[in-house]
Amino acid sequence: MEYLGIELKKPKVSFFDFTCCEGCQLQIANKEDTLVDFLSLVEVVNFREISSEKKDHYEIAFIEGAISRQDEIERLEKIRKQAKLVVALGTCACYGGVNSLKKRFSVEDVVNEVYGHNPVETLPVKSVKEVVAVDFEIPGCPISKAEFESIILHLVLGTEFRFKKYPVCVECKQNLNHCLLDEGKICLGPITRAGCNAVCINGKLPCYGCRGPAEENNWPSLKQILTEKGFSPEQIDEKTSFFNSLTEVTKNES
Amino acid sequence: MKVDMNIDVHHLTRVEGHGNIHINVKKGKLVDARWAVVETPRFFEAMLRGMSCEMAPILTARICGICSIGHALASLRAIENALGIDIPVIAKKIRLLAKHGETLQSHFLHLFFLAAPDYLNVGSVIPLVQSNRAVVEIALRLKRLANDMCDILAGRTTHPVSLCVGGVSRPPNKEDLHKLREQISERIPDAERTVELFKTIQVPDFIRETEYVSLKGEENYPWIGGKLVSTDGVLKNENDYLAMTNEYKEDFSTSKFTRLSRKSVAVGALARLNNNYNFLKAKDIAEEFGIKPLNHNPFMNNIAQLVECVHVMIESLELLDELLDEPMDEISSEYDIKEGEGVGAVEVPRGILYHHYLINKKGLVEKANCIIPTTQNNANIHYDLAELVEQAVNNGKQDTEVKKLCEMLVRAYDPCISCSVH
Ligand code: SF4
Ligand code: SF4
Ligand code: SF4
Repeated sequence: MEYLGIELKKPKVSFFDFTCCEGCQLQIANKEDTLVDFLSLVEVVNFREISSEKKDHYEIAFIEGAISRQDEIERLEKIRKQAKLVVALGTCACYGGVNSLKKRFSVEDVVNEVYGHNPVETLPVKSVKEVVAVDFEIPGCPISKAEFESIILHLVLGTEFRFKKYPVCVECKQNLNHCLLDEGKICLGPITRAGCNAVCINGKLPCYGCRGPAEENNWPSLKQILTEKGFSPEQIDEKTSFFNSLTEVTKNES
Repeated sequence: MKVDMNIDVHHLTRVEGHGNIHINVKKGKLVDARWAVVETPRFFEAMLRGMSCEMAPILTARICGICSIGHALASLRAIENALGIDIPVIAKKIRLLAKHGETLQSHFLHLFFLAAPDYLNVGSVIPLVQSNRAVVEIALRLKRLANDMCDILAGRTTHPVSLCVGGVSRPPNKEDLHKLREQISERIPDAERTVELFKTIQVPDFIRETEYVSLKGEENYPWIGGKLVSTDGVLKNENDYLAMTNEYKEDFSTSKFTRLSRKSVAVGALARLNNNYNFLKAKDIAEEFGIKPLNHNPFMNNIAQLVECVHVMIESLELLDELLDEPMDEISSEYDIKEGEGVGAVEVPRGILYHHYLINKKGLVEKANCIIPTTQNNANIHYDLAELVEQAVNNGKQDTEVKKLCEMLVRAYDPCISCSVH
């Protein structure tokens, strides 16, 4: 790509998937409008889901998925050694994601429930940063295509990307949605980082906080409102722990 | 000449998830042919326990990034069957259209990004951006249509937001539906060009007699709910899905295997087409490719997907006409939480998917079972590989050619491996 007549260096990037649904990678393959531009901005050297090319030289490693087996830990450590920049892609990679719901049971119990007499190997779920150092995190279940694009542009240009500080409610109100709290639902928009354009609430599904906590959030007050509305601690917990993304703000309180 | 062959494909590319192929031939005789799924298991059925049933579709959508709408729909159907909920006709149509969007998205992704590179002799779609720009542009336009369709009907392509217990939570707006109708009509020539393109490829000639399982259409090509049928003549009710699957486990694979009248079965586009050919709205396309039931060539699954794409585009235009004619006021049914048990069978892009829940009187999931298409295909892929290698070796094919054929065979099933070890 040419910028002011100067060749910008095209970083070599790789995508690696671990325990997850691969929906975040898919957002990139599904960026029909800008896929071709994206491919001119970077050099994709590993993208197993869509490509047979495999190379060991890359600068940026995108890690999708949570870590839940010994061989995954080893694979991840190898990638960390190779890459200059490790980016956690999606809520599974950033926080463990829905995979963390496994935590409510013992490892033996979940293995027995699904595989019975034929046990398989598994570990308690970890986020990427619990295993190796992470340079940048892109949350979302799935990631927002538009935000991903903007982040890549910043990375390539070497400028800092800033996440929105305010919560999802701001975007939700801009979209003139009816507030779901008023419709008797638990919505975690007030404590969740904006940047998804309140996509769930636009479809009338409450926000369960996949993007992690907003810098500006007030959990104690939301918790009080929910309690006053008659929701039980279990009902509230079911939502706040759904993506395992809000423990940072909810753990001190409960 | 008696050949020795040792083929090891670690983490096969251009498939969703992680799987390995091992082939061992000694002195021209097949010793071992294995399709091993090595994906890390995720334990969704265990995690569902104790969760409010309304959250189940939101969680189970995350089993698979590609067929999240299909999972949500199977989950919803299981819950609605358990609670005895009848959803409004409009909601049914909206759901089916959302599913059609997903089928198009998944099939086109597979045809252009995952399968086509083998036939065009490149490692991925990326070099095609330079060498076959026109093809890539067709692919992107068709995928774009599919994405827009899912966004309009389900609020988001990956992990839908407006499908809820009782129906749908938000109706699509009519202006968007009008535009969508136009967009589909405009894309029909692209679909025709895709048909022409795939007519130029040489589909490997390989036959292994197989039992094909799918939903059974009554008046239409089937997608959501109904009777279960196999080409060996088995017919069951949706609730009796376990009699169609018979899951078992092999040590070398983290995914379970299934069987029915033979040691394996196949599901997917070719299975649907084999069982429901008469309901196809794109029979002319099927004829152009010479697919007729019963077709036993697994590589033809690619072509069956393409035929389905055209069928789905035609049917979507009809559904849109109906929706545009009707008021969108009744989009969901009221319901009460109660104890119950229900099964939901849905044809997702890769084949028939089952969700089964036991719900307690508080509305919490007590027990869950999900049987995924790729799980049902794994055993068949495994046995196909053995037969394919034997035939190829007998025909004097060399390592590299056999390896490529094996990879193409697995890809033809479009396996969704992370799904299969949910
Ligand atoms: S964050 Fe969500 S969409 Fe992304 S891989 Fe995990 S489950 Fe899939
Ligand atoms: S609480 Fe939820 S629905 Fe209400 S404004 Fe905030 S994000 Fe929107
Ligand atoms: S609305 Fe909430 S749950 Fe939905 S994408 Fe945004 S942050 Fe995630």
